[in-house]
Amino acid sequence: MHPFAYEAPTTIEGAVAVLDKHGDRARPIAGGTDVLVQARANRWDLDAIVDVKNIPELTQISHYPDGSVSIGAATPCYQIYEDQKIRDSFPGIIDAVEMIGGIQIQSRAALGGNLCNSSPSADGICPLIAYNAVCHIAGPGGDDDHRDVAVEDFCTGPGSNVLGRGEILVSMVLPAPGDNFGAAYERFIPRNEMDIAVAGAGVSVKLSSDGSTFEAARVALAAVAPVPLVVPAAEAALIGNAVSDDVIEAAAQAAGAAATPIADMRGTIEQRKHLSAVLTRRMINKSVERARG
Amino acid sequence: MTTQITPGPARVHVRTTINGNPHEFLVPPYMSLLDTLREIVGLTGTKEGCLDGNCGACTVSLDGRIVDSCLVLGAEIDGKSVETVEGMATPEGLHPLQQAFLEEAALQCGICTPGFLVAAKGLLDNEPAPDEHRIRHWLAGNLCRCTGYDKIVRAVQKASAEMS
Repeated sequence: MHPFAYEAPTTIEGAVAVLDKHGDRARPIAGGTDVLVQARANRWDLDAIVDVKNIPELTQISHYPDGSVSIGAATPCYQIYEDQKIRDSFPGIIDAVEMIGGIQIQSRAALGGNLCNSSPSADGICPLIAYNAVCHIAGPGGDDDHRDVAVEDFCTGPGSNVLGRGEILVSMVLPAPGDNFGAAYERFIPRNEMDIAVAGAGVSVKLSSDGSTFEAARVALAAVAPVPLVVPAAEAALIGNAVSDDVIEAAAQAAGAAATPIADMRGTIEQRKHLSAVLTRRMINKSVERARG
Repeated sequence: MTTQITPGPARVHVRTTINGNPHEFLVPPYMSLLDTLREIVGLTGTKEGCLDGNCGACTVSLDGRIVDSCLVLGAEIDGKSVETVEGMATPEGLHPLQQAFLEEAALQCGICTPGFLVAAKGLLDNEPAPDEHRIRHWLAGNLCRCTGYDKIVRAVQKASAEMS
């Protein structure tokens, strides 16, 4: 492992300055549960690690009066699942942060870190897409250097994303779910805990006020494409249609058809496509249950 | 002949509390908390297993939360409080978990034991009477290749009964 310096800035400007100075030879860490492992495996030669946990904007959960929430990028899993308002309003996020790693990992690993690690199998990204979350990104150009990117547009390939030199993910903002909305995430793994998704599905639905019709839907799949995969065909199969087994099955089949997985030690292509359909069906049903309260 | 010394990144000054005792030292910025405890502080109870967050052998408590010390930098504990397996027993005797692990034969080779003890203490400190499912879920981040886990779960249940 290349010997790196440890920087622990207390402001976004401070973090951005170090990241901008070192470019590819610096990485931010929150929990370090991916970055330190990858640094030891010599994935990069780092000159600096930037610990972002002393920056208030990156470690706060802020609930707004309109029902939206901002989750600081470095907020660890446990802080999210111990937040009662997130439990009440964003249970699809809780599904994910309660299943990432074990208790030790959840003490440290951040939802924003899961996003920045940009693994196709990340458990945290599909539910963020289901909630239409937006990334707030700060850059090296001073106070005005901010941009917003939808989570579904953030990842660009396995382990790569839209962050440029000197840029840092500050927070993810989840809009208010509103009434008759439900979301859920589930993955398949051969164990009960502590494993990486063979496939996963994050779904959200918005139903008509009588609960009979899909008015909006999001379907995103984990571990079956180079990036967390949004499936517009599955969403289209739901939107405008009655909540029925046939409609849900059509969406599930669309998800299975859209998956373009690889075969590896965790699963075959056939199994992952099958799982994509099964998990999508289950998560639509769970989302409907939650939407109907 | 001269020796070329390449200067590394500056060491980090750390003031911390370990098992209730104040410590102050300089640590290489890339050194894990695991190595910091073992090589700088001299507390070798915490064990190295997988070095990637799967096995839990290096579990310590950091500000009251269990973590894998292989995935924490020593530099990060400045101003924080760490508890290791060495902090569990008192001059009066073993911690109830340690006693229960002995009585239930919840170890064989022992490499995983400090991590299991610290992790289990993290559970019982906050939830004195967890059910078996909760114990197994909580300890999912700790691997043991000797016992098959049942003896460990029974030991935690026994300690829980004695402590509550």
